[in-house]
Amino acid sequence: MRSDQSKLGFYLLLSPLLLWLVTLIILPHMGLFAVSISEKVGVREYETGFGNYAVFFNEPLYWRTFARTAIMSIMTTVLTLLLGFPIAYYIAKLMRGRAKTTLFLMCLIPFWVSELVRTFGWMILLRETGVLSNFLQFTGVIDGPVEFLYNDAAIMVGLVYTSILFMIVPLVTTLDSLDDSLIEAGYDLGGSGFSILREIVIPHAMPGIVSGCIVVFMLSLGNYLTPILLGGKDSLWFTGLIYTQFITRFNWELGSAFGFLLLALSSTIVFLGLKLSRQSLTNTMGR
Amino acid sequence: MIPTVPQSSVLKWSYRAYVTLFFVYLALPLSVVCVFAFNNSLFPSLPWEGFTLAWFFGTEAPFIGVFHERSILRAIGTSAFVAVWVAGLSVAVGTCNAFLFVRHDFRGKGILYILMLLPLIIPGVILGISILVFASSVANTLEDATGRWFDGLRPGLILVILGQFSFITTFATLVISARLQKFDRSLEEAALNLGATRWGAVRQITLPFLLPAITGAGVVAVLMSFENFNTTLMLVGSDSPLTITMFDKLKHGSTPVLNAVSLLLIILSATLGVLSLLFQRSKDKD
Repeated sequence: MRSDQSKLGFYLLLSPLLLWLVTLIILPHMGLFAVSISEKVGVREYETGFGNYAVFFNEPLYWRTFARTAIMSIMTTVLTLLLGFPIAYYIAKLMRGRAKTTLFLMCLIPFWVSELVRTFGWMILLRETGVLSNFLQFTGVIDGPVEFLYNDAAIMVGLVYTSILFMIVPLVTTLDSLDDSLIEAGYDLGGSGFSILREIVIPHAMPGIVSGCIVVFMLSLGNYLTPILLGGKDSLWFTGLIYTQFITRFNWELGSAFGFLLLALSSTIVFLGLKLSRQSLTNTMGR
Repeated sequence: MIPTVPQSSVLKWSYRAYVTLFFVYLALPLSVVCVFAFNNSLFPSLPWEGFTLAWFFGTEAPFIGVFHERSILRAIGTSAFVAVWVAGLSVAVGTCNAFLFVRHDFRGKGILYILMLLPLIIPGVILGISILVFASSVANTLEDATGRWFDGLRPGLILVILGQFSFITTFATLVISARLQKFDRSLEEAALNLGATRWGAVRQITLPFLLPAITGAGVVAVLMSFENFNTTLMLVGSDSPLTITMFDKLKHGSTPVLNAVSLLLIILSATLGVLSLLFQRSKDKD
């Protein structure tokens, strides 16, 4: 009787999870793949084949955009790590008590605000009539208004801005758990600042670094707002291509193939990241 | 480099300068958005034309403030509607998941747990299009079979809610599981000894203990739903939530009314964020 009841309870708990995962995650992605390998041959007539993927590899615009998106996302990830690590270290190791909480909170606030608002802020700052251009004219660095928006540097600034907090938060969490006495011991044993960083701090922070890098890479790869708004007409981003195929061209087959390629790329990088650092998804993401 | 180990003061000060510069970088975009909400000009850019509250309360064109701009008010309503549904659903499913993963051991648990984490590493755009494709093919099949229309499965609010729910549930599950793991099961056993039913013990002992986490997860879900863009973009129909409406306005050139909305959004998200932290704080005290 008891075990029957707990069996029933178990299945009652299991069903919402299965319903959620099967109908919203597993089946849709299988469906996406199915659509991506179907080619339209007539009105509501389809053939199975890899034609959509062939289109992708034969059209330089498509695969170049893909490569460009990947490379810029990797650059964003590296840049956020380099810029964010000192900040995370400062918050975790050099601050105490209330000052630490306040600094951490100040990092979190922009991350709670909608990405749209943050991007809008950068548009106001960087546009030709914007704050930066006017400031530089005022100080005499430049003579006339300069357009800082609509180039790759603007995209990078925006991407780093939107994702750096996802790097800092896991880094602060892992660095916080590093005992100060380990670093002191390193100095006592004659280590230099650099060797302590390399031999003690970074190995300890590895789970944080990996989970930060994964999240930042994924967010940049899947970002749509920042490249579209800060990058202007000529700078292509792969999610923009997916949007065009789906919503503007209504070519869902090609769009699905694009979507699947993006998914494959992001999963591969996540998998490689986890393998290289010998972490598991459960450890890094489940926290 | 730690406080107990002496460092050269040049290094210390340049480190401090870098940290300061970083926080300026963080604050800059948000501050300009807020400041230009009060600029008495038709464009959110320099020159500064003087202080005005018209972008909040203005009624005469072109100075129509947020509180009188129909499209924005309607979008806020839509966003709130979506957010409430998403928060409710994801917290409910998240609580069930937490009980399942913390309390039960079963075959395939590891795989299910990894599957549960997957939405975190799927880009939002992909989640959106996969749900769009799947819902449409289901709708097509059903329509062919029954001859009726299934508008709920076409791009629209129902799909937006499902799309956001599909990944926010993972966050809710993680937050609530973390709290449930700290629960002392002997409390529940005591209730059972005192004659409570199983469900009664869970309802009167465990759920009140989980309440801070449940509320916190709900607040975070509302925040994430309100701000979601990527998934929503692919699933949106004729009623667009706030972020989509703002994006459309932004693409076609904007008036400072967008700054005013953004300022309100910043205040809202900061409040919700601090609230969720407060719930977390009360969680740590027990």
